[in-house]
Amino acid sequence: MAEALRVYALLAWTWTRAAAQYPVSMIMLTLTTVALTLLDLAAIALIFVHTDRLAGFSGTEVMFLYATSLVPFAMADIVLGTAERLGQHVREGSLDTMLVRPVSPLIQLATEDFTPRRLGKLLPGVVVLAVALERADVDWTPGRIVMIPLMLVSGTLIFGALWVITAAFQFVVVDGREATSSVTYGGAFLTQYPMHIFGRDFVRTLTFVLPLAFVNWQPALYVLDRPDPHGLPAAARFASPAVAAVLCVLAALAWRAGLRRYRSTGN
Amino acid sequence: MIEMRDVSRTFVIRSRDGRRLRRSRTVVRAVDGISFTIGAGEFVGYLGPNGAGKSTTIKMLTGILAASAGSVRVAGLDPARQRTALARRIGVVFGQRTTLWWDLPLRDSLTLIRHLYRVDAAAHRARLAELTEVLDLGPFLGTPVRQLSLGQRMRGDLAAALLHDPPLLVLDEPTIGLDVISKATVRGFLERRNAEQGTTVVLTTHDLGDIERLCRRVMVIDHGRLAYDGGLDRLRATAGAQRVLVVDLARPGEPVDLPGVSVMRVEGPRQWLAIPQGSSAAAVIAELTGRYEVRDIALREPDIEDVITRLYRAGRGSREAVQ
Repeated sequence: MAEALRVYALLAWTWTRAAAQYPVSMIMLTLTTVALTLLDLAAIALIFVHTDRLAGFSGTEVMFLYATSLVPFAMADIVLGTAERLGQHVREGSLDTMLVRPVSPLIQLATEDFTPRRLGKLLPGVVVLAVALERADVDWTPGRIVMIPLMLVSGTLIFGALWVITAAFQFVVVDGREATSSVTYGGAFLTQYPMHIFGRDFVRTLTFVLPLAFVNWQPALYVLDRPDPHGLPAAARFASPAVAAVLCVLAALAWRAGLRRYRSTGN
Repeated sequence: MIEMRDVSRTFVIRSRDGRRLRRSRTVVRAVDGISFTIGAGEFVGYLGPNGAGKSTTIKMLTGILAASAGSVRVAGLDPARQRTALARRIGVVFGQRTTLWWDLPLRDSLTLIRHLYRVDAAAHRARLAELTEVLDLGPFLGTPVRQLSLGQRMRGDLAAALLHDPPLLVLDEPTIGLDVISKATVRGFLERRNAEQGTTVVLTTHDLGDIERLCRRVMVIDHGRLAYDGGLDRLRATAGAQRVLVVDLARPGEPVDLPGVSVMRVEGPRQWLAIPQGSSAAAVIAELTGRYEVRDIALREPDIEDVITRLYRAGRGSREAVQ
């Protein structure tokens, strides 16, 4: 694990320096990122200024849900976002050059084109979270305070694991990038709103098939001291770390299986 | 260093035929029961027409692909299962694509490789200095890889593959697209590396110049099977290639009549005589000069290119005969 982090940092730093070879392009892209981030924030502000309640949740609570999805999503995106390019590398044969290096191809993929600009994706989520936490009408017990970082970390791991699983899917369906995006970006969209504005069966599916409800919904119910509209046992609210751990194991297995498949089928 | 036993590799190709939705499934045997052993310090050329299974073999040696059947051992490891460990013990160069970082100066790519392979700083400095000198990297160490010429890039790739001092170097078409001078540099380097450091080298190529200049041992693969494995000299004999005597007679005339010698071509006073295998050229020349008035004689060794073409054709012929 330490070795993986060391190599990740090394490659990320290398890509950053590679990007710095094109200073004009880097500045332009950074400005674009800043502009888009500000637009994002403006759009969010606009929504919450006009929203008092959404499905029984107050504006601040919705904001809290929104931010606790956005932050883990951005973190997973920063760390693993480019893993979805796998299909492209399989098609072009460049995966082969990754396989002759003594480094996991997943790390090589994830660090591809890394620039510190990626960190900018965190900004909108962090700002909204800060506002939501400051305004939220929450009885801050130690448990609730601990739950905040815990849910952010678990959420990041859940998103990251789903990302790896869907990327691994591209070993099977080489043109699976669209499928990958629908899961990852679609997942982010769903968790940004209180879950029960969606249908009950739908939520059940999400809870058990794509355990996105554990990114923020279940732990948020605990922080906001709300009963579960769908009647899941209270233990579900503390299940996020366990769900994250299980998903990470599944992701590792899926990735290995995918790589094994690539090696046994080739292209 | 390398041991392959009864190695096969099949690919399943699915294709849609015509407008129908039915998909056909074809099993292709890219490599079909190959066995060979390569010892430490050997220099082996791996030849074959496009699609013969060369790259597939290379991919199995380097752990990119797993074998469908048979056993592969490289540097004492199972490449498909111990890919990362193997990567530290072999150097791999793909002629068609670089393993360097496109936008980084060559020096930075090489430094990164030092960290990825965990080479200690002193050893790295010494090796880099040596490779820089031998491959003449000095003038472009600070240039981003994307701006390098193909020849420079290939030298950079070679350096990158050798910085961790692997005992085995695997090259897939290392001279493809290079100009004459770059080819000579690369060949000279590989030759020295093999002779001086004892690095085992396996290379695939279409360039028979590589083979003639470098490889003491040649393996020819055709349709997934080894058509030949041995020295270059024996290859000529195996393929049934003949030496040719080009004779300039004093005056034009009928094709010469010598026992066992067939005349391949006549052009005025010049005639091309095929020397049968096992016959001595000296005997044929003695016979010839005894009977005819000869102005000039040249002896042509069979061209390696001819030899290979004959070998491929022979393979194809026997296959068709079987079918």
